[in-house]
Amino acid sequence: MVYTPDRSQYPAKKPDGTLDIDLASGKYLKLWQGPNHPGITGNMSVELTVCGDEVVAGKTHVGYLHRGFEKLMERRTFIQCFPIVCRICVPEPDFNEYCYAAAVEELAGIQVPVRANWIRTLILEMGRINSFMMYFGGQAGALGQGVIGQWTTYVRDLMLDRFEELTGARIYHMFILPGGVRDGLPEGFEQRMEETLREIESTMKDVYDVMFCNAVFKKRTVGVGVIDPSWIDAYGVTGPNARGAGVAKDVRKDQPYLVYPELDFEPVIGHDSDIFTRADVRRRDALASVDLIRQILAKMPRTGALMAEVPNVLHWKIPRGETYIRGECSRGEYGYYLVTDGSGYPRRVNVRGPSYTHAMALLERMIVNLNISDVAALMVSLHTYPPEIER
Amino acid sequence: MREIYDRLKHLFPLGELTEQRPDLAFVTLPAEFLRSALLHLRDQEGFTHLVLLTAVDWLEDGQFQLTYLLSNRTQARDIGLRVMIPRDAATMEGIHDVWPTAATYQRELREMFGIDFPGSPGVNDDFILEGWHDIPPYRRDFDTKKYAEENFSQRPGRATTDPAQHMKEQLYPGEA
Repeated sequence: MVYTPDRSQYPAKKPDGTLDIDLASGKYLKLWQGPNHPGITGNMSVELTVCGDEVVAGKTHVGYLHRGFEKLMERRTFIQCFPIVCRICVPEPDFNEYCYAAAVEELAGIQVPVRANWIRTLILEMGRINSFMMYFGGQAGALGQGVIGQWTTYVRDLMLDRFEELTGARIYHMFILPGGVRDGLPEGFEQRMEETLREIESTMKDVYDVMFCNAVFKKRTVGVGVIDPSWIDAYGVTGPNARGAGVAKDVRKDQPYLVYPELDFEPVIGHDSDIFTRADVRRRDALASVDLIRQILAKMPRTGALMAEVPNVLHWKIPRGETYIRGECSRGEYGYYLVTDGSGYPRRVNVRGPSYTHAMALLERMIVNLNISDVAALMVSLHTYPPEIER
Repeated sequence: MREIYDRLKHLFPLGELTEQRPDLAFVTLPAEFLRSALLHLRDQEGFTHLVLLTAVDWLEDGQFQLTYLLSNRTQARDIGLRVMIPRDAATMEGIHDVWPTAATYQRELREMFGIDFPGSPGVNDDFILEGWHDIPPYRRDFDTKKYAEENFSQRPGRATTDPAQHMKEQLYPGEA
């Protein structure tokens, strides 16, 4: 049965373009999805105005996780900021560490050893796989396929084991510190990583069979939640959301950093720009990361310094300056804008997370005319993490 | 970046160019020229992606620095436009009609720094804070510690122990 919205009930537009929604008319209903809801990505909420089953307006509300990271950092020395930054994004914290460290290094004029750059790249790709594994669970779960999340959580757990033996921690690694990385690879790491990668490939094959070849999943995602390619620049869309619309935006290729110039890969793109395409782009991107990890482990130097010479971190002052460092995380462009004033504290740290644009302006635009039952699937398909919005 | 700067300099009264990296530069310009400079960069120079819009509080100079960071993906370079506005009259023209996503940044800056963008959609709506009556919290003169001490009480039962004294008492009871 095909859903046909009742247009006679649809609100008229006011001269300024906003909708004339008269809640007292009884035609509309305010419905809150979140902040505590299985169909929401993390601690945020979307205030929906619905007319029948159709959403006529949506507004994102954030603030449930606000801890004022950017303000906290202004009162802390550069090394004290380092253990804070990873907390900004739980499922993929390493980009915060990398972007912050790289920004500090650039302004302080520190050259990071080559071997440390290889290990940084390895960590970022491992984190990317972890983030995608969480995404598949959420995307399938939003459409009622609970088992996918169990499978991907299992392989994510294996990757967390690799993180634990490499960094000593499972979630917040605090490994990429200004100047380099804390340690090299433990003995036998490559072999255990290869076993994990094979397990991931095997699971991704199952995910493909059960999720992507599933008629219900296809029916509910193909042609739903389309991002118009003209919105890419207007709404600052990056990452798989942009690549699903056929725009090959990938910072790893566009402005290569770390050791990406030495790795062989192509940005994964799709063309239909719907929920299905974005999920497929992420599936192929996860497999591309598996390949990248193999390349990194095969090519990386096994000896050499891991840390550059850094000044005494307790009395570290950085000359006045400003810079912006970006990387391609699993959700798009992740960046740190750091301003220093010559003192021992950052003057301003601004975190540019991809969710800031995807979950606010873009989601509010895309949610209009959607059926209520598709809201969760759309939200997850944008792959948003609320802490990046509120910091 | 220098050639873009030279082309822009013929059109707008720009400050000195700060070339941070070969692919990243910052330049200061007066607030009234910002919109035309942004439109020029977007439409003529290919800087179509608004990376971020944020503020830096230069309390000692009595100024806010607004940074508009733009990116040109095909040429792989970024330019940051800096606009200085007075702290005591913190108002700036919005650019939400140039990039719709800018409305979110402007709403956050209104709440966190108290910088107004008249006409920006929902600029006065609460973004993160609800019912905030103090000065905007990301301003440098907002003291987080003082605010916490005035508004939140300590949980009872918390005690601080000097670790050295504590170990002494544990290891050598009676002597400490």
